[in-house]
Amino acid sequence: MGLILAQLLTGLANAGALFMVASGLSLIFGVTRIVNFAHGSFYMLGAYVGWSAMQVLPGALGFWGAILVAGVIVGLVGAAVEMLILRRVYAAPELFQLVATFGVILVVQDLALMIWGPTDLLGPRAPGLTGVVRVMGEPVPQYDLALIAITPGVALALWYLIAKTRVGILVRAATQDREMVGALGVNQSWLFTGTFFLGCALAGLGGALQLPKGGADLLMDFTILAQVFVVVVIGGMGSLPGALIASVLISVINVFGVAYLPQSTLVLTYVVMVAVLIWWPFGLLGRAEVAGELGQVGAPEEPVRPAGWPVRAGVAAALVLLATLPAWGGGFALVLATDILIFCLFAASLHFLLGQGGLVSFGHAAFYGGGAYVAALLVRHADTPMELALILAPLGAGLGALIVGWVALRASGVYFAMLTLAFAQLLWSLVYQWGDVTGGDDGIVGIWPADWASGGAAFFWLTLVLCVGGILVLRHAAHAPFGYALRASRDAPLRAEATGLDTRRIRLVAFAFAGAMAGLAGGLFTFSKGSVFPNELEIARSFDALIVVFLGGVKTLSGGWVGGGVFKSAEDLLTRFDYWRLALGLLIIAVVIAAPEGIVGTLKRLARRQGGEDR
Amino acid sequence: MTPVLEARHLTRHFGAIRAVDDVSFALAPGELLALIGPNGAGKSTCFNMAMGQLAPSSGQVLLEGRDITGWPARRIWRAGVGRTFQITATYASMRVIENVQMACLSHHRRTFSLIPRAHRLYRDEAMALLETVGMGAQAERHAAILAYGDLKRLELAMALAHAPRLLLMDEPTAGMAPGERAALMELVAGIVAERGTAVLFTEHDMDVVFGHAQRIMVMNRGQIIADGTPQAIRGDARVREVYLGGGAITAGRGADG
Repeated sequence: MGLILAQLLTGLANAGALFMVASGLSLIFGVTRIVNFAHGSFYMLGAYVGWSAMQVLPGALGFWGAILVAGVIVGLVGAAVEMLILRRVYAAPELFQLVATFGVILVVQDLALMIWGPTDLLGPRAPGLTGVVRVMGEPVPQYDLALIAITPGVALALWYLIAKTRVGILVRAATQDREMVGALGVNQSWLFTGTFFLGCALAGLGGALQLPKGGADLLMDFTILAQVFVVVVIGGMGSLPGALIASVLISVINVFGVAYLPQSTLVLTYVVMVAVLIWWPFGLLGRAEVAGELGQVGAPEEPVRPAGWPVRAGVAAALVLLATLPAWGGGFALVLATDILIFCLFAASLHFLLGQGGLVSFGHAAFYGGGAYVAALLVRHADTPMELALILAPLGAGLGALIVGWVALRASGVYFAMLTLAFAQLLWSLVYQWGDVTGGDDGIVGIWPADWASGGAAFFWLTLVLCVGGILVLRHAAHAPFGYALRASRDAPLRAEATGLDTRRIRLVAFAFAGAMAGLAGGLFTFSKGSVFPNELEIARSFDALIVVFLGGVKTLSGGWVGGGVFKSAEDLLTRFDYWRLALGLLIIAVVIAAPEGIVGTLKRLARRQGGEDR
Repeated sequence: MTPVLEARHLTRHFGAIRAVDDVSFALAPGELLALIGPNGAGKSTCFNMAMGQLAPSSGQVLLEGRDITGWPARRIWRAGVGRTFQITATYASMRVIENVQMACLSHHRRTFSLIPRAHRLYRDEAMALLETVGMGAQAERHAAILAYGDLKRLELAMALAHAPRLLLMDEPTAGMAPGERAALMELVAGIVAERGTAVLFTEHDMDVVFGHAQRIMVMNRGQIIADGTPQAIRGDARVREVYLGGGAITAGRGADG
C-alpha cells in the first residue's frame, strides 16, 4: 500500500514538468493553430538557462529565482522566434509550420551545444529540499512533494489568467474563432506573440523545475517532445484541462509501468494513446477540428502533365551516368549514391501521399522502418533469402499501412497527422522494447545481401533499378486514373462522393500503396547497411522525409525525389562540419520564408518566367 | 407510371427543430420541378436527404420505386442520380476536360486503374459533354481559373457524365449574372426535353423559377404548402402570404434572399 502510494506521488511529481510543457503547447495551438514542434527545445533551453542562472544566483532564493528567470528568458526567446519566423507562416498549411519549427529545433540544438558544451549537466539540488519524507514507510523525495504542490499552483494561476482576466477572454475568444477576434479590432499580432511568450515561458519553467531530478542534456528536447505529444493528443489539442488530466494519466501509467511492466512501459503509453484516439479522434477534451487547406501555399496547383522531352532526355542521361557510376566513382561514392537512392524512394512515397492525396502523415517512418524490420526479421528468424525478403518487406509495410490507415483516416488535418505519429511511435516502442525478437536498442545486425548482389556495384545496380523503378511507378500512378481519383478526393470530396468515388477507400489504398513503397526503401536500406536499429522508426526519420518533400515542393510531381537527392547530398556535405545542424536549420527556415514553393516549384516558376509568352 | 423520385413522409429534426416535417412528393420522368421557399424553409435539408448526404429522421426516399433511404451519395449516383452543389465543387487542380473525364472514369468503374494514362481515357465522351453545356472551347483550361458561371456549367457537365435519369440542382444559378441565369436554365430545359432527364432544383430567383419550371413546390417551415403549375402557384394566397405578406408574385422582379 505504501509502495503504491509512493509510486503515485512520484507519478504526480513527474506530471508537473510534463503538464507545464504540454499546457504551453496546447495554449499555443489553441490560439495560433500552430503545432509547435520546437516546444521540446524551449523546455531544454529552460533547463540550460536555469542551470546557468543557478550558478550565479546564491541560496534558496537564488534557486527559485533562477527558475523564474529561466521561464522569462525562454518566454522572450519564444516571442522572438514567433516574431521573426512563425508570423510568416500562420496562413500556411501545417506542413510549413512543422518544417519551420523543425528548423528551430536544429538551430537550438547547436546553439545549446555551442554555449553549454556536449557534457550532460547535473542539476543542483533544491536548497532545503534535499531530503526524503517517509510516506507510510516509503521514502519520497521532498522535492517531489514540492513539485506536487507547485503544479496545481501553476495550473490554478493559468486557470485564473484564462478564466478571469481580459487577456484570458481574448485568448479564449481567439481559440474559438480567430477571425472574429481580429474583426472586432483586437491586435492579433500581439495576442499571438503574447501567447507564444506565455507558452514558451511555461516550457522553460518546466525545464528549469525538473533540473534537480533530471539535469540538462542535449537529448531532452526530443525526449520530452514525444511525451508531450502523447499528452496533448490524449488530452485534446488546445484544451488545458485535457493537458492536465493527460499529464497525470501518462505520468502515473509510466511510474507503475516501470515498476510492474518494465519491459513494456513505452508500449503501454502508446497503446493508451492509440486506444483513446480510436474512441475520441480529437482527444478526451478536444473539439472536432475542421481541416485547413493542405498542400502548399501560392498559386493553385497546376494540372499534372507528362514531362516534356527535354526533361525526359535529361533524366535519361542522368540515369545512364548514374548506372555507370561503379566504373568511374569510388567505393564511397557508391555507398553515398545507394543511400541517396533509397532515401529518394522513401521521400517520393511520402510525396505521393502528401502531394496527390493531401494526406500529411507525420509517421511515415513507421512503414520505412517497418519494411526494414520485416526484411531483417525474416532473414534473422526464418533464413529468408534476400530476394523474397525484398518482396515481403513492401507487402508487410503495405499491410501495416492498411491497418494504420483504416483507423487514422477517420480523422483529417492535424488530427490525422497526430494519429499517424501515434502509430509510428507505437511501432517504435514495440521494436525498442521487444528485445527478444527485435534486438531492441542493439538492433539486428549481420543482414547481408545474397551472394550475387553482395559486391558494391551489384547492390548499387539492384538499388538503382528498384528505387528508380519505384519512383517511376509512383509517378505513373499520379497520371493514372487512380492518381486522378486521389486528387479528386482531395480537391472536392463532396463532389467526388457525388460522382461515385469512394473517397475513403481511395485514400486508404493510396496510404497502403505509399506505405508499401516506403517499405521497399526500408528493405533495401537493411541490406545496404547489413543492419537495422530502432532509430529508423523514430519521429526524426518521419520528419526528415516531410522536410525533404517540403524542400522539393509539394505541388510538383518531382518534389519528392528531387528534395530527397538534394537533402541527402547537402546532409553528407554539411555533417562534415561542426554545427551542421545550425546551418541546416537556418537553411530550412530560409526556404520556408523565401522559397515556399520548394526547389522544383521555384525552378518551374523561373523557367516559366524565362519562357515568357510560352505559357 | 413509376415516379423517378418519390419522397414519403420525409422528416428531419435538428434538436427540437423540425427542419423538414412530413414531406411527401413525387417527380415524373422528364419533369422539371422547382422547390422554392424562404430561407430556412427546409429546401436544402430535403435536397440533402434525397442525395444521401443527410439521413432522414424518418420517412423514405424512393428512386424509381426502389428504397434508397440511407444510401451513401456515391451509391445513389451509381443508381442514376446526378447533382450540382449550391457552392460549386470541382477539381481545382485539373483541367476542365479532366474534371469531366474523372466523372466518366468513375462511371466506367476505372477509379482504381493504375495502368493507362487518365488524360487519354474517355476524351471524346468528355468533350461531347462539354459541348453540350457550351464549354467545348475551354476544355484545356485550368479549372481553378474559370469564371463562376463557367464553373456552374462544368459542374453540370460532370453531373451528366453517367446519363442520369434524375438531376438534382441546388440553387443552380446562385451567384450568376441575370443573362447567364437564363442561358443556364435554357440549357437545363433543353436537356430535359432531349434526354428525358427529370430535374429537381431549388432556387431563389423567381424569374428562373417561373420562367422554366413546369411545376413548383413551395416549402415553408419544413412543410410543403403548395404544389402546382406556375400559374396556380402565382395565384395561391398562402404562397403570397409567405413570400410577400399578401402581395403578388410577378415575373420580372427577382425575389432574391
